[in-house]
Amino acid sequence: MSTPARPDSPARLEALIGALKARGLLTEQELAERQAQTDRASPEIGARMVARAWLDPAWRRLLLADGGAAAEAMGVSMAGAPPLGVLEDTPRRHHLVVCTLCSCYPRAVLGYPPHWYKSFAYRARAVRDPRGVLEEWGTALPAGTDVRVVDSTADYRWMVLPLRPAGTEGWSEDRLAGIVTRDVLVGVALPRVPSTEAA
Amino acid sequence: MSDAASAPPPAEAPIPATHDMGGASRFRCTAVERDEAPPDDFGKRVDALRQLLAQKGLMTVDELRRGIEAIPESEYLALTYYERWLRSMTALMVEKGVVAEGDLR
Amino acid sequence: MTPAEGTSAAASDPAPQPAPAAPRFGPGERVRVRDDWPERRGPCHIRTPHYLRGRVGTVQRLLGRFANPEELAFGHPAPARALYHVLFEQPPIWHEGHPGDEVLVELFEHWLEPDGTAKRSA
Repeated sequence: MSTPARPDSPARLEALIGALKARGLLTEQELAERQAQTDRASPEIGARMVARAWLDPAWRRLLLADGGAAAEAMGVSMAGAPPLGVLEDTPRRHHLVVCTLCSCYPRAVLGYPPHWYKSFAYRARAVRDPRGVLEEWGTALPAGTDVRVVDSTADYRWMVLPLRPAGTEGWSEDRLAGIVTRDVLVGVALPRVPSTEAA
Repeated sequence: MSDAASAPPPAEAPIPATHDMGGASRFRCTAVERDEAPPDDFGKRVDALRQLLAQKGLMTVDELRRGIEAIPESEYLALTYYERWLRSMTALMVEKGVVAEGDLR
Repeated sequence: MTPAEGTSAAASDPAPQPAPAAPRFGPGERVRVRDDWPERRGPCHIRTPHYLRGRVGTVQRLLGRFANPEELAFGHPAPARALYHVLFEQPPIWHEGHPGDEVLVELFEHWLEPDGTAKRSA
């Protein structure tokens, strides 16, 4: 559960940080800069990468061949980040990403992993009962779609390139990116065209 | 696919480690709690410290994970996510002699 | 707390070898995950999920070569190892699920053996 940390945990953290500072190993400014940089990453980056792939076949090829290079091409620094792999959904195959061992997540292009991605229930169930998990999200796959669960166990990080939904013909990159949510990029949801826009 | 793929699982497979959660029966009927909130200030600060320690070569992410996996099960399940990180980082910094246990009191 | 100089109970390799130049497995090759449980032998850190031990899958592709996490976790020298994406049928793992569903997992070469060899030695 997303319970808050115990009351004494922040003090323990500050004790460790204080000891490291006292030894000249880090500064408050470095911590603040690192946090600010981490705060800047968000699923909007991944969403834009997907939207562009729906519009530009050359970009799509780059994205699928080397997600990290594609991110760099969009101005995202991948220095020090793990390689980024992109999982291409097809009319017959849907991808769902989980990390059963810890919480590996493509943070450079999606930001902090949400609590649920790190939860014991998701880690335990996504790999065993992926369709049950999808159902909890209200995600209904078209008949004949196989689920491929990707357990992110080692050095890559993975995001999903979903199918472009019908009813988005003629949409701009911005508008397309707007329907690619964090849940879509992990694979627990499909991009949905709001009914008011579908008309 | 071949027969091998549908063979029964290895007999008497050992009980997995606590963190090795894929398929864990104890969570089979637990709904995924859809909390979308970003980490709180404590979590973000732990997260930033973790990145700095790795960047400065004081700790690898693999060491961090080893430390998390060494947390006894009852505590692993009770601590919050970023508390597990803090527990592991603290233990590692002492283990590696980067800081002294006495510095932390 | 973990002992300061704890030794890793890494996967039981036959012997340390210089890193091979070529990957041992190619796309489409059937491989068996070693039915090995180093976590029972002492402190260790491994990235092969329990549910795949002893399972047969198909190599999808080589992802690259990466420092061995089993060594990195203890601050030991960690030579690069081949890392593969390996595909498994999902329902046989749990005796439940939807036919056609799959699990795709990153696995290091030293956790894999050719399917045929594994069957003979079993």
